[in-house]
Amino acid sequence: MYRYSDFDEAFVRARVAQFGQQVARRIDGSLSEDEFRPLRLMNGLYLQLHAYMLRVAIPYGTLNPRQMRQLAYIAETFDKGYGHFTTRQNIQFNWPKLPDVPAILSALADVEMHAIQTSGNCVRNVTSDHFAGAAVDEIEDPRPYAELLRQWSTDHPEFQFLPRKFKIAITGAPNDRAVTAAHDIGLRVVKNGQGEIGFQVLVGGGLGRTPMVGMVVRDFLPVEDLLPYTEAVLSVYNTLGRRDNKYKARIKITLHETGKEEITRMIEARFAELRPLFGGNDQALLAEIKAAFAPPAFRNAPVDAYDAFYKADPVFRAWADTNLSAHRNAQYAIVTISLKAHGATPGDATADQMRLMADLAETYGHGELRISHEQNVILPHVHKSDLPAVHAALLQAGLGTANVGLISDIIACPGMDYCALATARSIPVAQEIATRFEELKLEHDIGPLKIKISGCINACGHHHVGHIGILGLDRAGVENYQITLGGDGTEDAVIGERAGPGFAYDDIVPAIERIVRAYLELRDGPGETFLQAYRRLGLAPFKAALYPAEGKRDAA
Amino acid sequence: MARFTPKVVTANALLEGDVIYLCADDRWSRRHQDAELIEDEAHAQLRLLHAMGQRGTVVGAYLADAKAGPDGPEPTHFREAFRTRGPSNYHHGKQAELN
Repeated sequence: MYRYSDFDEAFVRARVAQFGQQVARRIDGSLSEDEFRPLRLMNGLYLQLHAYMLRVAIPYGTLNPRQMRQLAYIAETFDKGYGHFTTRQNIQFNWPKLPDVPAILSALADVEMHAIQTSGNCVRNVTSDHFAGAAVDEIEDPRPYAELLRQWSTDHPEFQFLPRKFKIAITGAPNDRAVTAAHDIGLRVVKNGQGEIGFQVLVGGGLGRTPMVGMVVRDFLPVEDLLPYTEAVLSVYNTLGRRDNKYKARIKITLHETGKEEITRMIEARFAELRPLFGGNDQALLAEIKAAFAPPAFRNAPVDAYDAFYKADPVFRAWADTNLSAHRNAQYAIVTISLKAHGATPGDATADQMRLMADLAETYGHGELRISHEQNVILPHVHKSDLPAVHAALLQAGLGTANVGLISDIIACPGMDYCALATARSIPVAQEIATRFEELKLEHDIGPLKIKISGCINACGHHHVGHIGILGLDRAGVENYQITLGGDGTEDAVIGERAGPGFAYDDIVPAIERIVRAYLELRDGPGETFLQAYRRLGLAPFKAALYPAEGKRDAA
Repeated sequence: MARFTPKVVTANALLEGDVIYLCADDRWSRRHQDAELIEDEAHAQLRLLHAMGQRGTVVGAYLADAKAGPDGPEPTHFREAFRTRGPSNYHHGKQAELN
């Protein structure tokens, strides 16, 4: 794993000290809220509905056990004993008190973590494939590039006051698990005809008010051009971006208003200016970073114990079938720990659970943990012979739910239970859907199905790319939920189609059940997933199931 | 012109971030029912200005719709109702601390 250099350490410590003084000046009245607000946002501190919220970056979703234990310590010491993992590989603490925040940031700095640039109009946490460095389909580990981008973008003087926030995601595998098409810049590691590594570059993706799939602006960007090219994109955006209108300020709007051809021409022109300024230090740095991401020393041992256990124990088998993914070393597996126990809050982990996951990573996982944008925790490198022990420990901690990729593995933003921007709740909707399908004992029969819920139009819950998306709105003072269908966040990204009028809070779970029952009736067989069935059949039969009364009226 | 609907002045406490309400005697209370229910628009603006002036203790003061109830003012919008209680997924916040 990447370790902070002396420069990183000094920089983070200086920021903690600086923010500590800013907090002190706010408390003694020297700073007004208007003066303090941009300062606290630069350090990840929000004021939410019931309390402050601190958003801590987990760069490219990678954590070591010591860091995870420190998050547990913070949750217990300064919060209410839990943390919330988000859809952008951050962790949020929902109840910090303002005077404690400098101490929290200091505790984070002790384990090489920070909350810098987790808010504000700057380059946010660079996210990545949570299976990076382990996945069988990977061309190259994308995290060294993410770390290079993190270092380049942190406190970059030109990009601290962008027209709006800016999100970069990178995947090293053709199966896109990082939703790169829904980011301001999406990077996909590819090989060209000569077998050289480079990036396909997408620009202008994003969800929110105006959901758009990113456009490919370069089919192959050589590795050594990554920083100058990214800088060129940001530079053009920084010049053209609409600072006059918050809702038109993201690069996706800039791209559409300027036109792909013209903006590409401008990016390439700026790139031609910037490229000569990068003299190769970035590549030397990249080589150092890559060394820090060398794969662990994989164990060579028999896997018979795993095979025997898999045959003998149906509970283990169910978990293995849903929560394990193929590792590039055939003796190993990637373990996804579900933070979606039926009826629990998606993405929440208690301090005890965090410590247990840290212990498991240390004992069985080569000291690595990942946070996925789907709000689960991953042990990327577990030898198959250790899986029964890992599973047994997870079960005891309430972390053994066998539902990854199924209907109860729901992404949900905090919604109006916490968020000041929310227009409706999302967490209880997720809880009730999961509980309902657990009662019905249908979820394994339903198979792969991604439900994603956002509590406002900003779409932190990625509802547009959910196979079933739910958007909570305030309609005349009542919570109302709109459904979109057919969204897809993978390499073939698709924005879901709105199904029709929204549903009241009490009607949304039955509405989801009608869609799912329609799918079970209409599918070719258990092999046809919900998304495949939707693509074959289109919206009409699902709409008929959602709004049966209208169908009757039409027939009459 | 739209008819003025009754309001309370609400904000968050600077140090804890807690939801607070302005009372008729200028105190700030954690309980919605202690708030001053303001029925006059001009008075509402004055009370809001008074709240916004307390920048050392109060953050983000605004006027929220409310109505009279048997034990004092009650929220009328679900967002404000949630602010009186706390989140629905855990017994945290006011629902745990005020009872």
